[in-house]
Amino acid sequence: MKIPFDKLDKAFENRVRLQIMSVLVANEHYDFNSLKDLLQVTDGNLASHLKGLEREEYILVNKRFSGRKTNTSYEATSKGKLAFKGHLDALAQLISEQRKA
Amino acid sequence: MKKTELQDELASIRRIMERSSKFISLSGLSGILAGVYALAGAGVVVYAQPWLLHPEAVSSLQVEGMAGGWGSAPSGLVLQLVWIALIVLVAAVATALFLSNRQAKRKGQPMWGLVSRALLYHLAVPLLTGGVLILIMLLYHHYAIVPAASLIFYGLALFSAGNFTFADIKYLGLCELLLGLIAAYFPGYGLLFWILGFGVLHIIYGARIYLKYDR
Repeated sequence: MKIPFDKLDKAFENRVRLQIMSVLVANEHYDFNSLKDLLQVTDGNLASHLKGLEREEYILVNKRFSGRKTNTSYEATSKGKLAFKGHLDALAQLISEQRKA
Repeated sequence: MKKTELQDELASIRRIMERSSKFISLSGLSGILAGVYALAGAGVVVYAQPWLLHPEAVSSLQVEGMAGGWGSAPSGLVLQLVWIALIVLVAAVATALFLSNRQAKRKGQPMWGLVSRALLYHLAVPLLTGGVLILIMLLYHHYAIVPAASLIFYGLALFSAGNFTFADIKYLGLCELLLGLIAAYFPGYGLLFWILGFGVLHIIYGARIYLKYDR
């Protein structure tokens, strides 16, 4: 039987991206700093992965100002949620097939 | 990718989803202590004024209050009860904040983050509504319904806050709601229902949370 590695979404190959997506699927929206605290990554690292997900149109970026500071929050698009679910299904399928083998 | 790697990946997703949407640093020990404070407060009241346990007590308090007229200050005894309840409340909240803060440090979850803010907000709306309603009832000397109302609004607060922490809190809220409704049906036994709801239930649920998640 052919193992469906090709069903895994390339956009989620990086663990940080997968974790970002997990958070945004579980919550309506999440802001940059809370995301940074939760995932324990650097500003630059997080920003570049967020940019990557935005390019895929998996997440939506809302920039707002609270006083002078920017408060950027992110939410998952329906396209992103669908892709995330597909990726999880592929992971689950891989595990069950490797168990059989 | 190997099987264990895949499973790690799935486990990390599940963990992140839970940590990002639920306040998992709630301390069970603080629940137990809140129950103990409530029992201590009730003990002081019963020791000083044992006749308050009698079901007729509430109506005599009410008659006494009514004599002063609508909106007059509640009698000295009622004010004392309010003070004791406030002291118990402040002690319980302070303990909860202190122990949850310690727990949050241990679990690496921010104490004051997106999730704890959502938790507090959903706790505060029903709780403040109930608090103000009870103050109004005290002003109008409707003492009979106060214990039931406090249990019911506390139950609603826990029920809505339960969405942002362990599901057990939701069930505790349901138990408090049920107890509050029963208390409304038996108006003379408010003190007993308070002992059950704020004392005994807190200790049972605190112990449950402690055994399940704290260690």
